[in-house]
Amino acid sequence: MAVVMKAKHQRLVLALVALAALIGAGLLAASALRDEAAYFYTPQDAKTKHIEPGKAIRLGGMVVKGSLKRAPDGVTINFDVTDNKAVVPATFNGIAPDLFKEGTGVVAEGSFNPQGTFVATNLLAKHDERYMPPELKGMKYDEKSRKLTANSSPVAQP
Amino acid sequence: MHAFANPTRFLSIARPLTPWLFWIGLALLIAGCVFGLILTPADYLQGETVRILYIHVPAAWLGMAGWSGIAIAAIMQLVWRHPLAAIAGRAVAAPGALFTAICLITGSIWGRPTWGTWWEWDGRMTSMLVLFFLYLGYIALANASAGNNGAGGVSRVAAIFGLVGAVNIPIINRSVVWWNSLHQGPSITLRGSTIDGSILWPLAFTLIGFSLWFAAIVLMRMRAILAETKVEARMQRLARG
Repeated sequence: MAVVMKAKHQRLVLALVALAALIGAGLLAASALRDEAAYFYTPQDAKTKHIEPGKAIRLGGMVVKGSLKRAPDGVTINFDVTDNKAVVPATFNGIAPDLFKEGTGVVAEGSFNPQGTFVATNLLAKHDERYMPPELKGMKYDEKSRKLTANSSPVAQP
Repeated sequence: MHAFANPTRFLSIARPLTPWLFWIGLALLIAGCVFGLILTPADYLQGETVRILYIHVPAAWLGMAGWSGIAIAAIMQLVWRHPLAAIAGRAVAAPGALFTAICLITGSIWGRPTWGTWWEWDGRMTSMLVLFFLYLGYIALANASAGNNGAGGVSRVAAIFGLVGAVNIPIINRSVVWWNSLHQGPSITLRGSTIDGSILWPLAFTLIGFSLWFAAIVLMRMRAILAETKVEARMQRLARG
């Protein structure tokens, strides 16, 4: 049986092949960019990738609860940034955004000093995907089930 | 689909459908905005700025849905030579670009108090800005070629451009998952929503409202393009005497 393709079927196959090739190219480009297009380094990255002191980077993670301390000069703050795998001490001299708090996300621009402390020149607060009214503030969020549950006995966060 | 290839049949459906989509959409989106401003609580962290979400999320969805529509229309135009598909692609472009711009602007206004910056070059923001530029390029190509084929639709080159640009859509969607980004991860997924129900519900109104409104605008623009080509054809006949 001779396979005779109608012109429009030929065009359909051509269009689908082109589309598949395009999407494949896009995905390859995106995966190649995976590291380059990252907006910030996590504390874990900062430890494993040996970023030399003085190199301008962004460091992103959570501000460790209880680590935020104001220096005697009143404008310098010291805090620890974590991704639950590694902890990096950081310092910042200036005005932090309103949403910058302990236990929330932060993206700090700056560089490491030779002692391994991250010296931030600018702080950005990173908001997470949770939105809730103030009365639910004390509730516990489960990362796996993505459910909020009432938290009767407050557990210390790591 | 070929049943609608006939412009007369298309018009007989589009004409009565347009006012329904327009007015129901407008009522829903106004209701959603009012509910979102008055009835919902503020967020525990963001405060009142959370309310921008009722505009920002539908705008982002329609900006991306618009380009998906352009890509689907492009396939139908290239494969089946569907004359209305070429017109649909051209009709979607301007409202799609407008909603992409609204998404970028509302996001920037929200970012200043929340993140502490108007703009950062993270994956989500950059890919959304690229979408806006793709729209501008598509509109320029479509306008440059309109009238050449005498049917009011976009040229084949513009259709191919629309198809190629679709690569950006999954990149926008996945940008916050693939790369560390300043923009938060997806709140609404197949596994549920991390936006509390008391804040979330007006979003359904504005999401459906803006979508119906978008559809009404696209139908209006398609009808306008069809009418324009009809006028042009008549003028040419008259000129020939």
